[in-house]
Amino acid sequence: MMNTRKNTSIIRNSQTKALVETIAQIIFTVCAVVAVLAVFSITLYMFLQGTPAFAQVGIREILFHSVWAPTAQTPSYGILYIILTSIIGTAAAVLIGVPIGVLTAVFLAEVAPRKLAAFVRPAIDLLAGIPSVIYGLLGIMILNPLMYRLEQIIFADSETHQFTGGANLISAVLVLVIMILPTVINISQSSLQAVQKDLKDASYGLGASQIQTIFRVQIPAAKSGIISAVVLGVGRAIGEAMAISLVSGSSVNFPLPFNSVRFLTTAIVSEMGYAADTHRMVLFSIGLVLFVFIMLINTLLTKILKGAPQDA
Amino acid sequence: MKKNILKRGLLFLLGTCVILGFSGCAGTGDTADSSAAPSSAASAKLSGNISLTGSTSMEKMVNALAEGFMEANTGVKVNAEFVGSSAGIEALVAGNCDIGNASRELKDSEKSSGAVENIMAIDGIAMVVNKANTVTDLTKDQLIGIYTGTIKNWSEVGGNDTAIVVVGREAGSGTRGAFEEILGIEDKCSYANELDSTGAAMAKVASTEGAIAYVSLDILDDTVTAVTLDGVEATPENIKAGNYFLSRPFVMATKGEISAQSELVQAFFDYVESAEGQKIIEDVGLILPN
Repeated sequence: MMNTRKNTSIIRNSQTKALVETIAQIIFTVCAVVAVLAVFSITLYMFLQGTPAFAQVGIREILFHSVWAPTAQTPSYGILYIILTSIIGTAAAVLIGVPIGVLTAVFLAEVAPRKLAAFVRPAIDLLAGIPSVIYGLLGIMILNPLMYRLEQIIFADSETHQFTGGANLISAVLVLVIMILPTVINISQSSLQAVQKDLKDASYGLGASQIQTIFRVQIPAAKSGIISAVVLGVGRAIGEAMAISLVSGSSVNFPLPFNSVRFLTTAIVSEMGYAADTHRMVLFSIGLVLFVFIMLINTLLTKILKGAPQDA
Repeated sequence: MKKNILKRGLLFLLGTCVILGFSGCAGTGDTADSSAAPSSAASAKLSGNISLTGSTSMEKMVNALAEGFMEANTGVKVNAEFVGSSAGIEALVAGNCDIGNASRELKDSEKSSGAVENIMAIDGIAMVVNKANTVTDLTKDQLIGIYTGTIKNWSEVGGNDTAIVVVGREAGSGTRGAFEEILGIEDKCSYANELDSTGAAMAKVASTEGAIAYVSLDILDDTVTAVTLDGVEATPENIKAGNYFLSRPFVMATKGEISAQSELVQAFFDYVESAEGQKIIEDVGLILPN
C-alpha cells in the first residue's frame, strides 16, 4: 500500500520533484538562519546597550553596591540587593515548587485513579495558560492581606521592622511557586510516562513495592526529563516580572522574608517609564545581568545535573 | 505534500515576521524626535523657532502644549529641553532660550536679573490614607517624619495603634519628585512600597489599613480618604489661594514682560491662555492658576 502511493506520487510530480526539493531545502535553511540570527542579534544588542553604563558608572559600583538611588543628587546605582533578591527568590520558589511538582507528576502518572487524573490533568493545563498578571492580581487580593495580618502579629513589638502591608518576598515566592508548577508537572509527567514499561515490570518482578519502583526505578529513569522541567521552571521563575511586580512591594531591600523587595525583572519594568540618561542605561545593564544570569543558569544546571553518572 | 509546503511557507512567513519585529525593537529607543518636521504646505503666517528650557517635571505639560501649538501653526518649530528649573532660568537670563521653565517660584535673584514669573499652571499632590484610618489631618513635620521613617505608628499622630505602611512612587516619577522637593526630603525617604503607577498606589492604600500614599490631585475618589494638611483640604480653590502646602507653581518665565517678547513667543502664550491650551493643561492633571 505504502509503495503504490509513493509510486503514484513520484510519477505525478516527476517534473516538479526536483524543484520542490530545492525550494524546501532553501526554506529550511532560511528558517534555521532566522532562529540563529535572532539569538545572535539579541545577544549583541543586549551587550551593546548594557555595557556603556558599566563603563560609565563602574562594574563594582553597579554589581557590588547596595544603594539604589538613581535620581538622587549624587546618584547611586548599586543593584547588589536586587541581584540577591532574584537569586534567593528564584531558589526558594524552585526549592518549594519542584518537589511539589514532581510528586504531583508521580501522582498523576502512576498513583491516581484514572478518573481523578482525567480531571486534574486539564486543570493543570489550564493553570499553565493563565496570564501572569492574573496571578499577580490574585496575589494582591489574597496573599498580601494574609501576609499583612501575619506581619502585624509577628512584628507587633518590633522597633525596626518597616511595615509593608503584606507586599514582601514571601508573597512573591508563593506566586512564583504556583507559576512554575504547571511547567514542572507537565514535563516531569510526560517523561515519567515515557519510561519503558519493561523497567517497571522488572522491578515488580523482583518483588519491589510500588513506592520503591517509583523512587528507585522510574524517577531515576526519567531523570533527564525531570531535569529539563527544573531548568524550565528556574527560567520561568527568574524571568517573571508582571506577577511579582504587583505583590513584592518593589522597594530595594535585603531579601528577608518580610521585606519589600525588588527583582531584576521588576527593577527594569518599574522604572523604564520615566528613566533618562545614565539611569536608563543602567536599566539596560540590569537587563544584561538578567540575560547573562539566565544563560549561565541554563548551561550550568543542564551540565551539572545531566553530567552526573547515568547508572542509577 | 502540497499541504506540507503550504505549512512550511507559513512557517517561513512567521519567521520573517518575528525577525522584522526584532529589528523593529532593535532600533534605538528615541521615538520622541519624530514629532518634528510639519508639512511645509501651510497656510500659517507664523514661522520660526521657539526654544524652551527648564524643569523636568514640566516635560509632560510643555510637550503637550508644544505639540498643540505646532499643529495649529505648521510653520513653527518648538524646541523644548528639560534640564532642571535652575538651569532653565539661567539659560533664559543668559539669552539662550525664549522661555525658561521652572517648577517653583522664581528666586529674588532670578527676578532681579530680568526673569519675569508667568505662572501657567499649578501642580497639586493629595495625601491619601485607608478609609479605616481615624487620622484626618497631618502637619508638614508629621508628613516629613512619616516619609523619612521617624514616625512609624499612626498612634504617634493621633490615630489607632497601627503601623504605618509608607507607599510611594518609583524613582523618576514626577509626583515623587514634586513631593520630595516640596517637603525638602529628596533622597531621604524610606519607602515600604515603590509602586509604578498612581492607580497601584491608590489600590494599595484602599486595601491596606496602615497605608499612606501621595497621588496626583485629579484622581482622588472615595475608595480612600484624602487627609487635610495643616487643616487645609486638597481642593483646587485652596491650592490656587496658596493655602495648601503640597503644591507648586509651573512657571514659564520670560526675560521681560510677555508683551515685550517677539510676536512668536506672544502667540505661544496666547495659545496657552486659549481654551485649547487651558484644556491641555487640565488634561495633564494640573490646576489652572486663574
